[in-house]
Amino acid sequence: MNKLMIWYGELLSQKSLIKRGFLFLTPGMLWLIIFLVLPGLILIVVSFATRGSYGELVWEFSFENYKRLLGYGIFGWTPDYLLILLRSVIVAIVTTALSVLLSYPLCFFIAGKPERTRYLWLTIVIIPFWTNMVIRTYAWFLILAPEMPFARIAAFFKLISPGMPLYPSAFAVYLGMISMFLPFVALPLFSSVERLDWTLVEAAQDLYSSNVRIFMHAILPQTLPGLSVGVILTFVPAMGMFVVPDLLGGAKYMLVGNLIQQQFGTSRDWAFGAAISMGLMVLTMFSLYLYKRKSKGVDLI
Amino acid sequence: MTTEMKGLNLKEINKSYGNVKAVDNVSLDIKSGEFFTLLGPSGCGKTTLLRIIAGLELQDSGLVVLDDEDITIQPAIKRQINTVFQSYALFPHLTIFENIAFGLRSRKIADSEVNKRVNKALEMLEIDSMQKRFPHQLSGGQNQRVALARALVNEPKVLLLDEPMSALDAKLRAQVQVELRRLQQRLGQTFILVTHDQDEALVVSDRIAVMKDGEIVQFGTPEQVYDYPKNKFVAEFLGAANLISGTYHDGRLHTDLGVFEIEDTPSWDKGDVAIRPEWIKMSDIKPEINAIKATVKEIIYRGTNFDIWLDPGPLRVRTSSYKKIKIGDEVWLELGAKEMAVLHE
Amino acid sequence: MKKITLIVNIAAISTMAFLYLPLVAVAFFSVNNTKYGLIWKGFTLDWYTKLFQNELILHAAWNTLVLAVVSTVVSTFLGTILAIGMDRFPWPKKMNTVLDMILHLPVIIPDIIFAAAMVVAFGFLRSASTLFEPGLLNMIIAHITFQTAFVALVVRSRLVSIGKDVEEAARDLYAGTTYLLWKVTLPLLTPGIVAGAMLAFTLSLDDFVISFFTAGPDSVTLPLYIFAAVRRMVTPQIHALSTIVLLITIVLVISMERFTRKFNVK
Repeated sequence: MNKLMIWYGELLSQKSLIKRGFLFLTPGMLWLIIFLVLPGLILIVVSFATRGSYGELVWEFSFENYKRLLGYGIFGWTPDYLLILLRSVIVAIVTTALSVLLSYPLCFFIAGKPERTRYLWLTIVIIPFWTNMVIRTYAWFLILAPEMPFARIAAFFKLISPGMPLYPSAFAVYLGMISMFLPFVALPLFSSVERLDWTLVEAAQDLYSSNVRIFMHAILPQTLPGLSVGVILTFVPAMGMFVVPDLLGGAKYMLVGNLIQQQFGTSRDWAFGAAISMGLMVLTMFSLYLYKRKSKGVDLI
Repeated sequence: MTTEMKGLNLKEINKSYGNVKAVDNVSLDIKSGEFFTLLGPSGCGKTTLLRIIAGLELQDSGLVVLDDEDITIQPAIKRQINTVFQSYALFPHLTIFENIAFGLRSRKIADSEVNKRVNKALEMLEIDSMQKRFPHQLSGGQNQRVALARALVNEPKVLLLDEPMSALDAKLRAQVQVELRRLQQRLGQTFILVTHDQDEALVVSDRIAVMKDGEIVQFGTPEQVYDYPKNKFVAEFLGAANLISGTYHDGRLHTDLGVFEIEDTPSWDKGDVAIRPEWIKMSDIKPEINAIKATVKEIIYRGTNFDIWLDPGPLRVRTSSYKKIKIGDEVWLELGAKEMAVLHE
Repeated sequence: MKKITLIVNIAAISTMAFLYLPLVAVAFFSVNNTKYGLIWKGFTLDWYTKLFQNELILHAAWNTLVLAVVSTVVSTFLGTILAIGMDRFPWPKKMNTVLDMILHLPVIIPDIIFAAAMVVAFGFLRSASTLFEPGLLNMIIAHITFQTAFVALVVRSRLVSIGKDVEEAARDLYAGTTYLLWKVTLPLLTPGIVAGAMLAFTLSLDDFVISFFTAGPDSVTLPLYIFAAVRRMVTPQIHALSTIVLLITIVLVISMERFTRKFNVK
């Protein structure tokens, strides 16, 4: 064990190198284990526990919380929670798809700018990415307010009653979600679009007449790495999002994020909240797994 | 056999990575002040051997002795050996001046002495005009000079060069090879070069060790190694060779091409000899010994000379003047008894 | 082909408008001289000056700053040595995989799950010490946790790009361990460390979910304050506050971009 070795040009015993390595590794790893890994494991344990009558945790383990999540309550089976889960998945899928759809023209537009101004345009996309999500969400209150043209047009077509805002509604949630996550797709996608080999696109133009086929054969495969990162970066947080549905969806359009928040807030049912979190986690992991299988060799960050 | 004690001696060096033997029981005596080259294809262990000498890799067994001092377990920072890395490994955050001064400053040498020595090195390699610039502002060739200056300024007992020209284009490489040779002769320091380029090895070296699969296959002056390759691998790795197989008995070599006199006495009854294409003499008149009558099949123009492929064979002759030979002509070849190298396995 | 370019340009411009319209509206109504409604009543900076008289907002701003600065300093330190510890030692392959997985956890777990885990964990710690009542300390700990992972990822990618060569060259040129660290490794690593710290700082300022779950009544930060306020009533004062936060973000993002671009070119 105590044999000599040379590491980065330094001659030392293997034992002292490993000792030094642990010295560097320990503080950060210990922190992550105590405040990330352990809490995660505790959350799993808690998801099997029971809520006491005052909202405290009672250590009686059962599958009750999971049964409840699947809809088996005291009053028989109701699909309420499952609907919320399903709705979250649908919202995440639609948000991701529309963000991708809008990101392509945006990226091509920026990539087409001369080098001097290109990063200026890029910064325009980066700024919303970093802007606080509460501000970006509530800002829609103003756009969707009854005094604004959008609400008036909707009222004119009798979609809403006059003098009412366009929120809370599913429509508002989608608007908020897409504007929230579009930069998450656009930025990674841009790094791929920027490196696009246009000779391949030109070759495809000779081969195929339809623009859809040119896109599918020449552009999509080349931009897949960036697109994949963008899709994951959007889909995962979109499923757990709770600010947007809370402010723009209200009680009408609850997502799983709101449900979790409720358990840790007003309902004070940690055990059930933990179980819902596990449900969300499983959904997340499952979709990541599906996605990874479809597009191999995708790296986060 | 007398051993030259001054210089660098490697004794039975072994190094394995997992199941792969990178260096297989290598012993070498490198004389002080000579330009020594480790030549071989990639993956033959030459770079590993160089890194063992530098102290950047630890051998599994064996000794490294420098000027009578055993430095086997001396760390790199104690060895008076400096390296020019293949990637140059210049410090991107330091100016050219500070890059070159690095080895002096880390040993706490006084500023005035540092200035003097760095300036000398800058001048010697003709890069003094760029001393305030950073490596990323220089060309590949200029950075190579910086890497060389950064190593030489420390006046090492041995300078190691790990494929220093692999990043340069062919024309520049040829020029730098000659400069490097002159520099070494002027300084009289020991240089050890690692390369896979046989031309480079032949141009610069006093002696060459040809490596294959972690072992030293042949060792000698460029002339010895080139003219008298010990085996098929060396014969083919260092330039073009005609390989002729035959049997040896009654003091002569019997081949499909004829019966030849050879100067060497092979240790085998059946085997190969090699002769370089440029050593085969071609004429209209039948030579006295080792004559072959051949027909010209193909003539390839190579700029400074011609390669002529002949039947029977395929035999190749390299000549700088091809007179009035054309395809289909019949000529006489002479395989010099002295020029044929006996190959061993 | 011309037609496609036109469509792309229109789509791109509309998308940018879509991203910025709400933000522009916030800024616009922050200087509107009326307390209620969205009718333009003339320009005023009153809402801005009133911000600085609002004790609650000043307190929230202070909390936000303390949280961001403290967590950034600690996580930059932890993340940097963690990155060195992971990249620069001959760990067995399996161990590397596990360490790598732990480091990527905050990236792939939805932040609400992490927040929930923190609530439960602090619930347990609370039974050991009253220090862990919901409040600034809990928020700092939670922020450090996800920031450390991000800093370590950024610094590690920088370490990988520096490579082994330069450090070996320094050893070959007689550099001892301290000399190497101060003159080569740290200077080369600095851009990565600064980029990591900037990322950590921005993440902390930007965070809402994790703060929301771990905050106490006395540790309200600006995002939390804005959230609570808009749930009750949207006022021009909130627009003014949001506009300031927006401007700070813009300054931070631009300096971050400039910094990383400068070093990526080199």
